Amino acid sequence: MASERIRFYQTGSFAAGNRLLPEDMRSEQSSAARANTLTCGHRACQGCGEALGARYALDAVMRATKGKMIAVNATGCLEVFSTPFPETSWQIPWLHSLFGNAPAVASGVAAALAAAGRTDTRVVAQGGDGGTVDIGMACLSGLFERNDDVLYICYDNQAYMNTGVQRSGATPPAARTATTPAVGPEPGNAFGQGKNVPLIAMAHGIPYTATATVADLRDLEYKATRAMDFRGARYLHVLVPCPLGWGSSPADTIKVARLATESGLFPVFEAEGDQVISAARIRHQVPVTDYLRLQARYAHLFRPRERTDVIARLQAGADRNIARFGLLEEPDPDHSERVRLTPAPVHDSQLRR
Amino acid sequence: MLKQIEGSRAVAETVARCRPQVICAYPITPQTHIVEALGTLVKNGDLNSAFINVESEFSAMSAVIGASATGARTYTATASQGLLYMSEAVYNAAGLGLPVVMTVANRAIGAPINIWNDHSDAMSQRDAGWIQLYAETSQEAADLHIQAFLLAEQLSNPVMVCMDGFLLTHASERADIPDQPEVDAFLPAYQPRQVLDPADPVSIGAMVGPEAFTEVRYLADQRMRQALELIPDIAAAFWRQFGRASGGLVRPYRTAGADLVVVALGSVLGTVKDTVDQLRDDGIRAGVLGLTSFRPFPAQAIREALGDGHRPRRLVVIERALAPGSGGIVTAELRAALADADGRSCPAGNPIISTVVAGLGGRPVTRKSLHEMLTGAAHGVLPPFSYLDLRTELAQAELARIRATRRSGPSAENILRDLSATAPGPQG
Repeated sequence: MASERIRFYQTGSFAAGNRLLPEDMRSEQSSAARANTLTCGHRACQGCGEALGARYALDAVMRATKGKMIAVNATGCLEVFSTPFPETSWQIPWLHSLFGNAPAVASGVAAALAAAGRTDTRVVAQGGDGGTVDIGMACLSGLFERNDDVLYICYDNQAYMNTGVQRSGATPPAARTATTPAVGPEPGNAFGQGKNVPLIAMAHGIPYTATATVADLRDLEYKATRAMDFRGARYLHVLVPCPLGWGSSPADTIKVARLATESGLFPVFEAEGDQVISAARIRHQVPVTDYLRLQARYAHLFRPRERTDVIARLQAGADRNIARFGLLEEPDPDHSERVRLTPAPVHDSQLRR
Repeated sequence: MLKQIEGSRAVAETVARCRPQVICAYPITPQTHIVEALGTLVKNGDLNSAFINVESEFSAMSAVIGASATGARTYTATASQGLLYMSEAVYNAAGLGLPVVMTVANRAIGAPINIWNDHSDAMSQRDAGWIQLYAETSQEAADLHIQAFLLAEQLSNPVMVCMDGFLLTHASERADIPDQPEVDAFLPAYQPRQVLDPADPVSIGAMVGPEAFTEVRYLADQRMRQALELIPDIAAAFWRQFGRASGGLVRPYRTAGADLVVVALGSVLGTVKDTVDQLRDDGIRAGVLGLTSFRPFPAQAIREALGDGHRPRRLVVIERALAPGSGGIVTAELRAALADADGRSCPAGNPIISTVVAGLGGRPVTRKSLHEMLTGAAHGVLPPFSYLDLRTELAQAELARIRATRRSGPSAENILRDLSATAPGPQG
């Protein structure tokens, strides 16, 4: 019988399969007892990063809270594809109110739970980048400032995908959207100052802030779980590629997300208070073009001629992130607190060493 | 307990006795004294409630939406720009069927910015799906809150208690603040119709398309129709429990056999009643119909109050808000209410209706001006649409400027400049 030697890195993702781990260290998604918070039958597109991210994050929170969770959802793709009346994919108490108010609604839920002495039930609010970075920003800042006991999760796909891919405050420079079309001498989104909500969250000094991507789902599970160790306002910013809006193949969602981190364009880190306590190191730095080429929203950077000037500016942005968060530095050997603090799920960086 | 008390304070103390579990507030004049008092009651432990100081009115309404959906009795208060700023969430609370109670300390809407009383704010939200009750006195403002919680929770529909800014919120009047056991006996603990509960998870706020949206809206209207029955019942129960008349749909005063009836809402009713007494002394058969409920609009109660057989010859509607390009908001509603069964809006025997826009942005509605205007109405010289105490010369001067110069500048500031030029100096 032909056999094949299973190599650790055979998927190209460097991620270790669950089967190689002892049962108590396996991912929540591998558990038959997982909550299936966002269950099957929803209407997300093929390869939707947001659906994937939401399922992993919320199932991890469900495990951490022993099933006592209430979720508040901003208007957006996640809300629309999960609850076409009278169907719902949510197996949890779930409330959608408006586009820009999810953080405030969640504050109200937390206040009602506190008033009723039911603080064992925890509150998660979630929205896309439009609902978070733009229209929900004031409510989010209020939530942070009051330090209300809410975990807010932003699924960032870098534009208003639900309304047809319009620019948001999280749309990166040069990206094509329906309102920053790839026409004229400077096609795509203008180079602005950006709006880094994780850093804004940290500036509020909230107990816990983290970023994650759907390329490293164990890390996402870990951070969603870790967030529940804290009381007060917590913020989790998850990069979720959108094949429709990014013009990437649905099969490449994970790969695109991984290249976003490996290029330095999307730094993955966690912070307590205003201090970064860990950052995911880049093992093999890739040029930003590896990331850009997979996405039609950047096609104008390569055709009809390569816009080396624009690409250089994007690369400079990635290099700034790498320097700022020390993404290429050797990890401090004493900095394995993630694993000490949360026995499961284990962060896969432990498996790489 | 009967005491001399500021209207805001009376409302705050009464709301506290309704035991709200979550209160959210963002300050706006003239609502501030209410939430300051409630905040103090929570802070010093007299009221066991979560009090959230939010960063905007939009957030205030949003937070009470979340709290209400989690099963808490919730309260907030606002006014004017604040009500408009939270408007999206105001509609949302009603659409979700959440029994939030909110005080609106009625104030004009800018520009020009103006902190004084009229009804522009609440009237702008008349179709938001909220029940709207208007208080005539501080006592009634306080009492209406007790009734509002009961009404809201029985129907699972939000209720707005409107009280005139400054005129009621900041006036010190005699008011009886009910004792806690009395309120407890009247207002049972909140039993939510829908609640976010991990033990029994439901999705609230799903997307509804053309296949069912009309039916959901139909149910919102049905709740309002149910409120038409409940509001008088609750007012009657309130009378039995507390021994005073507060609330209800309409409040007739000397309407029996009246030829001329003034229709109004809110604190102006006191002045109107005094004027009507004066008119009666003059030999003019005048009466007043106060509307306590504006949403639902009590069409049948109005028809009954005006007499199905003998209707007054003339109605004068005091409008505390202006619908530019249309006229009076209450007038339009009243005309529709007086339509016959076939929908004819002006059947024979219906009164002539005059709209009088009065008291915008805090301009005093005086007995003298009312008396003059209503005497004119009784003698058939009041036009169908007019303003009470409009300073025509100021408006005409600005109109002349606009005709004369393209770049005539900002009108409000021009008028103010004219005013200061003509105003008497410090020596009078």
